[in-house]
Amino acid sequence: MTGVLPVALEDATKIAQALLLAGKEYVCVMRIHSKVSEEKVRRIMSEFIGEIYQRPPLVSSVRRNLRKRTIYYIDNIEFQNEHILFRVGCQSGTYIRKLCFDMGEALGCGVHMAELRRTRAGPFTEDNRLVTLYDLNDAYLSWREDGDESRLREVVQPMENALSYIPKIYIRDSAVDAICHGADLALPGVLRFESGIEPRDLVGIFSEKGEIVAIGEAKMSWRKMVSLDRGLAVEISRVIMPCGTYPPMWRRRSGSSHMQGTEIKG
Amino acid sequence: MEIEPPWKVRRKVVVKAEDITNPDYGCMPEKRPIQDYLANGIINLDKPQGPSSHEVVAWVKRILNVEHAGHSGTLVARAEEILV
Repeated sequence: MTGVLPVALEDATKIAQALLLAGKEYVCVMRIHSKVSEEKVRRIMSEFIGEIYQRPPLVSSVRRNLRKRTIYYIDNIEFQNEHILFRVGCQSGTYIRKLCFDMGEALGCGVHMAELRRTRAGPFTEDNRLVTLYDLNDAYLSWREDGDESRLREVVQPMENALSYIPKIYIRDSAVDAICHGADLALPGVLRFESGIEPRDLVGIFSEKGEIVAIGEAKMSWRKMVSLDRGLAVEISRVIMPCGTYPPMWRRRSGSSHMQGTEIKG
Repeated sequence: MEIEPPWKVRRKVVVKAEDITNPDYGCMPEKRPIQDYLANGIINLDKPQGPSSHEVVAWVKRILNVEHAGHSGTLVARAEEILV
């Protein structure tokens, strides 16, 4: 496979999980084993849009249980002799090689994947500062040898960019350090949030300056966040920001009711 | 049946309360000093044909002289199998 491979550095590796779960897009070339009409191929391929079932291949790192995956779209289909090129948008964890094989079974003639290029991983696409190892090397050397950090700032992006498609909640400065210490987020700590959040959704918790503080699971819908004044908004699953980045403005002992916007676990 | 991919979902921002942020603490992501910027950075890398994702990550570590780096599948062993 070639194409988009987001690589996180040092502390940013903590957000790899969020990216792992993000949707993907691929451009794929598959080879068809005998002649079938274009019209039939298009019809069969369109049947794979929506929810599909896949069993992981024999050689894989996960249990080989049947699993459900969503194919968002299959488009840009082009034919050239026995080769079929297409673009597919899919949920993470979709096996494209398997998808090709299954489409071959449905066509009744056999198909195998010939080439694969990832064109999207979450928010990262080929148009979004996609860089080669050479670009990286040049940028690093121009910083190290000439003291010019501008190219390095181009080729490396803040880790927050990896979270652009995860719904965001912005919180008060006064709530930040408690979250860093493992507290969950209660409604009084919330300043702004994005519409569409539902319970159990993965959400990103951000400071007013736009820094990622933590990742968690929403405990109430965005409509409830609008109408209510108190209550648990997000259960934290992963703290990203180090403790002490913001000053502590919460009390450990005197109970959660005195704190602004946070509740300490346990 | 077509389901909207996450990158096509449009959200609006709802303001619950207003507050000011203290400039003495934290830092806007784009403004981090270069060392912090790198340590909190992510690269949208164009993976070449041939080497595995794992090998490519090892090169990135060597080029940038960083201790840790990981691609979006590092939490699972043999991530390549899952992501492909």
